Amino acid sequence: MDMAKGRFGNIKGWLYLLPAVLFLGAFLVYPLIDVFIYSFEEGYNFTSQTYYGVGIYNYSYVLHDTYFLQAVKNTFLLVVITVPVSTGLALLISVALHSIKRFRNLLQTIYFLPYVTNTLAVGLVFMILFKKTAYSDGMINLLIHFFGGSSIDFIDGPYWAKMLVLCIYTIWVVMPFKILILTGALASVNEDYYKAARVDGTSKFRIFYKITLPMISPMIFYLVITGFIGAFKAYSDVVALFGTDLNAAGMNTIVGYVYDMLYGDSGGYPSYASAAAIILFVIVLTITCINLMISRKNVSYQ
Amino acid sequence: MEIRLQNLTKTFPCRDRKAGRSVRRKKEDKTNTNTAGAEKSADIENAAKNRQSAKSGQDVIAVNDFTFTIPDGKLIGLLGPSGCGKSTTLNLISGLLTPTSGRIFFGQDDVTELPPEHRGIGLVFQNYALYPHLTVRQNILFPLENRKGKDRLTKTQMQEMADEVARLVQIDTLMERKPGELSGGQQQRVAIARALVKQPRVLLLDEPLSNLDARLRLQTREEIRRIQRETGITTIFVTHDQDEAMSISDQIVVMRDGVVQQTGRPQEVYDSPANLFVAKFLGTPPINVFEGRVRDGVLYIGTDALPGMLERLSGVSVWSANSELTSGTVCGAGVTVNERQGMQKTSAAVKTNAGSAGFEDREVWVGIRPEGFLLREDGPLCCDLTGVEVMGRDVSVLSRNEASVSRTVRSIISTDNQVDTSSATVRFALRPEKVFLFDKETEERI
Amino acid sequence: MKVEKTMDTSFDYKKLEASERIRARILGVVKGIFLALWALIVLFPFYWMVLTSVKSYGEYSSESVPKFFTLTPTLENYASAFTEVPLARYLANTLIFAVLTTAIMLVVITLSAFAFARLEFRGKNAVFVFFLSLMMIPNELVIITNFVTITNLELRNTFAGLILPSVTSVFYIYLLKENFEQIPDSLYYAAKVDGTSDFKYLWKVMLPISKPTMTTITILKVIECWNSYVWPRLITDDQNYYLVSNGIQEIRENGFGRENIPAMMAAVVVISVPLIVLFLIFRKQIMAGVSRGGLKQ
Repeated sequence: MDMAKGRFGNIKGWLYLLPAVLFLGAFLVYPLIDVFIYSFEEGYNFTSQTYYGVGIYNYSYVLHDTYFLQAVKNTFLLVVITVPVSTGLALLISVALHSIKRFRNLLQTIYFLPYVTNTLAVGLVFMILFKKTAYSDGMINLLIHFFGGSSIDFIDGPYWAKMLVLCIYTIWVVMPFKILILTGALASVNEDYYKAARVDGTSKFRIFYKITLPMISPMIFYLVITGFIGAFKAYSDVVALFGTDLNAAGMNTIVGYVYDMLYGDSGGYPSYASAAAIILFVIVLTITCINLMISRKNVSYQ
Repeated sequence: MEIRLQNLTKTFPCRDRKAGRSVRRKKEDKTNTNTAGAEKSADIENAAKNRQSAKSGQDVIAVNDFTFTIPDGKLIGLLGPSGCGKSTTLNLISGLLTPTSGRIFFGQDDVTELPPEHRGIGLVFQNYALYPHLTVRQNILFPLENRKGKDRLTKTQMQEMADEVARLVQIDTLMERKPGELSGGQQQRVAIARALVKQPRVLLLDEPLSNLDARLRLQTREEIRRIQRETGITTIFVTHDQDEAMSISDQIVVMRDGVVQQTGRPQEVYDSPANLFVAKFLGTPPINVFEGRVRDGVLYIGTDALPGMLERLSGVSVWSANSELTSGTVCGAGVTVNERQGMQKTSAAVKTNAGSAGFEDREVWVGIRPEGFLLREDGPLCCDLTGVEVMGRDVSVLSRNEASVSRTVRSIISTDNQVDTSSATVRFALRPEKVFLFDKETEERI
Repeated sequence: MKVEKTMDTSFDYKKLEASERIRARILGVVKGIFLALWALIVLFPFYWMVLTSVKSYGEYSSESVPKFFTLTPTLENYASAFTEVPLARYLANTLIFAVLTTAIMLVVITLSAFAFARLEFRGKNAVFVFFLSLMMIPNELVIITNFVTITNLELRNTFAGLILPSVTSVFYIYLLKENFEQIPDSLYYAAKVDGTSDFKYLWKVMLPISKPTMTTITILKVIECWNSYVWPRLITDDQNYYLVSNGIQEIRENGFGRENIPAMMAAVVVISVPLIVLFLIFRKQIMAGVSRGGLKQ
């Protein structure tokens, strides 16, 4: 119907859209353009807002910065470990959860809890659980002792221990979303497929491998992609465990590097921050594209 | 109040799904095929509504050259197959659509540019469009609450009006329920109540019965008739169901491809269809159509000659309602050249007579209503008998004829007549008032 | 051959039945243990934080081997959480931030979704596609300029600075638009015929019908606000404007003396409880909303 298309029809639509357009323009579109400009402005001075050249020096600086390289290494390790582990674990849990009736609602609710908690706050609890102090070895070390190991300081100790605790916390944080999505995907598979397979005498493992998995593969793939993107942007859970001075702890991430360049004791370099952010964006984009290409071959859609 | 539509045209890009689905037609204007009903009450002039297809870039005409006056206080049925432009016409009257050109008058007022809310119309939608989150009472009050300024009503005034209209449509016991808790028929009544509560000058109903089951439909159409009589509001309703339109309308408007085919009282239109389309569209079971021709003043269906029929159709001969044609010919299949020549000779005898009736030699469509057949041993029309269906008071005789457009010729005979089911052929005489001739090309009534 | 073999074994129904039952039982137990273990892993940090928060500082410090329970629970840590550090202020700030951000966002996205779903104007489809493409822009890319913008506007350490960049969400506009479009067109035309203005139709008809979606969006946004850390950290260095996330980081690094773990845990409990309560009340909506695409920021 076209009665809204009076003389003012056009203006009216735009009027309703105006707030969103203004906010998105100011805080999303303009910054997106600006960040590229920043990244090519050499020697940008934050206080005087001046620069003395245009070029790729910022990128070159960032790529040669040992802190940045450390951050890239940390981030990649985190991604490579947490994404497969959390997705696989979530799949196991979801399948098990899907096959039971009693307590299913209760367990689903419990499993979802980490999603609604403050990352910083619970990260503090994890730190305390893993931390070794002068007067106490901490909860986790107590367990290690129980199984006959020797205690380790996971928070201020060796690199692998710190990485381990970061991975554990990251997995703990991302699991609720994955379990939720996968239980939803499992529930949406038509029961008739299972019935048909059972009548044909298909073993449970074969049913899972040949029916369930292909059916939910789009969702698994979705989780892998979002998992990659999320893990590449890891920051606040790292801060929760190791504090704000991540470079000193040797546990910085790419996002952490961006923020440190922007603000704080080592901050005031929006050009370097921009270059690092764009490098991160390119990495994420590349990996997403690779994922998409792989999935086109392997993921079966109905 | 009288409604007058005049020369309306309108284009709009086919952007939404609805327009995309609709039948698309080229802009080459089809001339108005009929204005037969116009002299009576019609004054809707050239209401044309163009639908433009964005893809093809062609204008699509949904309503073309619509000229009609809707008399005050009557119930008018807009009838036609889906996509014929009847809903568009309704929306033009409601103001939800504005015409590309032409005018709409409510009484003396030109309302063409007036937005719907100022036209004083009540509109009932096909799916009722009740607000699901409001109770029946709140739904009915909704239009009243929109009034501003001096039109503003007090709470008690509004409640009184709502109660009154609820009583009228007999939903006063359902006022506190939500639409989801009501049956289809009850929702329909609520929708009508909501349309009536603001005391509209015109009530518009878009396919009011299509969402109801068969039994409720019969009941509800009587209800609509009653409400219309009681309120005396000029009411226009759209339907694709000719039964519905025929049964309750004071007048019907038959539309096709955006063009008004015929207007008039239901029985008039049925008894005197303006063209083949109207003849085919009205009536259940539908009219039987045969290929025929006029030769030397005699009408032939296939090879069967129907002597005297043309004279009766043209009204030259005196004709009584229950008389029938009895002169026979040989059954079509067995006609030889010689016999045919013989027939032409006999026909030549009445040629002068037929000529005076204005029937030149031509190809025609012959439409015969099912009730226009009479079972006669010596009847002129010969068909192959294929079956008999007894339906209580009537018998349907199913037969085949080479010249018939459809596979089966269906004729309705009263049970007084015995049909010899063992016979391979059946012969019919025809009631001339149930026989219509149409031009082969234009499909106009001759 | 194969058929024969199957028939052979299938003759001993009882044996088959018994072995099947045992297998099912074992599988059930394994599944149960596995699920319970994960539940334990999820719940344990919560238990530990509550437990630690009710241990007195003295008790906690004296446990070189941490105990899994306490016989002398105390609330003194909660008292010190509110008195020794400005926890109440952090909570109040977060509440103000969450309520204002969510309220403004709801207005902005409702207007936009209505425009996209209901109004006709030139360039509508192009703008919508453009909006959708904005969903792909990562926050990290735009936060740098936003930081500079807010700094230049001298909005650091103000609520305006905190709120403004996050009052629009393309995803929620999309979600609400989809919802609005499910409302039949005829309702709109019915309202038009009755002289209802667009705005009144939006307010009186569309919003009430879309209440479930609005609720979901509201809750998800509140959760997002409650947990936001990065932007507040960049934009505030005055404790009076700290949100809970920044507050807890501040407490950890400077408050209580770094060793008063029980007091810290009390603060953590206070910060966590509101969201958990919200979650338990709106469990269904939250989980449905998150599975429709609410990724944790």
